[in-house]
Amino acid sequence: MTEPLLEARGIERSFGQVHALRGADFTVHQGEIVALIGDNGAGKSTLVKILSGADQPNAGQILVEGSPVRLDSPHAARDLGIETVYQDLALASDLDPAANLFLGREVLRPGLLGGLGFLDKRAMARDTASEMERLGVRLKDAAAPVAALSGGQRQSVAVARAAMWARRVIFMDEPTAALGVVQTRQVLELVRRVRDAGIAVVLISHNMPQVLEVADRVEVLRLGARVATFNAAEATVEDLVAAMTSGTAEERAA
Amino acid sequence: MTTVDSRPVDQGRPTPDRSWRSAVDRLRRSETGRIFGALVILCAVFSILRPHAFPTTGNIVNIASDASVLLVLAVGATYVILTAGIDLSVSGVLVFAGVIAAKVMQALGGQSVGVLLLGLLAGMVAGLAWGLVNGFLVAKARIPALIVTLGTMGASQGAALLITNGVDVRDVPFNLVLSVGSGTVAGVPWLVVIALAMAMIGGIVLSQTRFGRYTYAAGSNREALRRTGVNASRHLIKVYAVAGLLAGLAGYLSLARFATTTLGGHATDNLSTIAAVVIGGTSLFGGRGTMIGTVIGVFIPTVLQNGFVVLGVQAFWQQVAVGVVLIAAVYLDQMRRAARERP
Repeated sequence: MTEPLLEARGIERSFGQVHALRGADFTVHQGEIVALIGDNGAGKSTLVKILSGADQPNAGQILVEGSPVRLDSPHAARDLGIETVYQDLALASDLDPAANLFLGREVLRPGLLGGLGFLDKRAMARDTASEMERLGVRLKDAAAPVAALSGGQRQSVAVARAAMWARRVIFMDEPTAALGVVQTRQVLELVRRVRDAGIAVVLISHNMPQVLEVADRVEVLRLGARVATFNAAEATVEDLVAAMTSGTAEERAA
Repeated sequence: MTTVDSRPVDQGRPTPDRSWRSAVDRLRRSETGRIFGALVILCAVFSILRPHAFPTTGNIVNIASDASVLLVLAVGATYVILTAGIDLSVSGVLVFAGVIAAKVMQALGGQSVGVLLLGLLAGMVAGLAWGLVNGFLVAKARIPALIVTLGTMGASQGAALLITNGVDVRDVPFNLVLSVGSGTVAGVPWLVVIALAMAMIGGIVLSQTRFGRYTYAAGSNREALRRTGVNASRHLIKVYAVAGLLAGLAGYLSLARFATTTLGGHATDNLSTIAAVVIGGTSLFGGRGTMIGTVIGVFIPTVLQNGFVVLGVQAFWQQVAVGVVLIAAVYLDQMRRAARERP
């Protein structure tokens, strides 16, 4: 197998007396959907925060395509092509989808007007439309504020934003937790499309059947360390639950 | 078909034109349109009741002059309220800046354009300084804006009284009063020209630039703005600084208009400003609002006041009416927000 796209080795993180991560490992390969699962308190969120630059480990190594990197801010992670879809989506709900996709990365008009900070709204709307088209997202009204969209559509906007800027990996924290059946289906379809476009997706989820349905690989965290990795096609919900709750440290081959 | 939302109702809908012109049109049709309608009706009622006194050129110029100082304050307040903040300090800052401008011009002496411009500069710097204090305390010290600006309102008003020993500075350069204070360009008072220019610049910056975009985003979801890598605190400081700067300009304009520092005459300017902005459709929760709405919003209390005077109704009724309209405007805003928030 080629170099992993993103790899974490022996990540340690403690908050006072609490050891959230005790030498956790994690691997993401090019073009795969990998689910990161674990019971509450297993360290999933901490690990994702560290890998998306929002938190710093006390020890351990992070490698992107084999070379060690420092992710000391979300900015640094983004510069390496790593994006995160937060559980709260982090959308400005009064702004339209295009404004949200380009928030913090606005396209300015050419020349003097651009120098004065004038926005090239036409270009941003055009790029947003083609991004939505590419991902198969159809919005009710492309110019409506995000608050006027349904939960699934808002999730789609947040995923599309990440997909637009990610070059390597997108982390998604419980992307379907607040959605109904139909919308969940649509968001998972969107996740697959992102993967098919060549971007690896890390899915954090509690929903075991969903994990097995959509993921290519599953990595299980328990008490701050990786206890198992599964090939999703060969695993069962029972396997996952067993690994999460009583997992032996023995790692199964992916 | 694999679309993320493929309800049949949505299918036939044409993609709306996203040019800014159509965005403006859409806004016109919505809230701004309704506020404008209310203003038109108000003017129509007063015109019908007093056809020879209300809709005259002289009276219209009067209304516009009355509205101009308030409009300059309201331009800044629109930015502040869009970030889900509030600036109560403008009434004190206005007086403080007026005092500084008057004192500087008094010290320099003379009536030259240079002296007038230095006075303007001094007033605006004074306003800017208070704005920076507000912004820093709100964004960095994370003290609620209501408290910060309540504090600086008292402090700036008090400082103005200390500098003047509580006595109005009356020797304002006569040229200032004649030109900016009561002069006209093509029949339009200078005050109105300046205020509308500020509103236009403020409106263009708000709707067309990155600064405006961050202002909306800061009020809509400050954490989201921060996570995209924007220095949201620095943006907030800039917004309060702009409001302070404009309060400084308003102080200078007030000085020009009344030929005195009017130490005690601005106590309710902050509330009138906030009322105008909110009546104009800007949400107190931040994130929603337009400058054109604010311009219309400023004229509603001003027209009411003028209309009551023309009708011979006690002018105090204006305060009552503005209070009622303000509460109604906030209530409508809450209803809109509740209706919009979908699960």
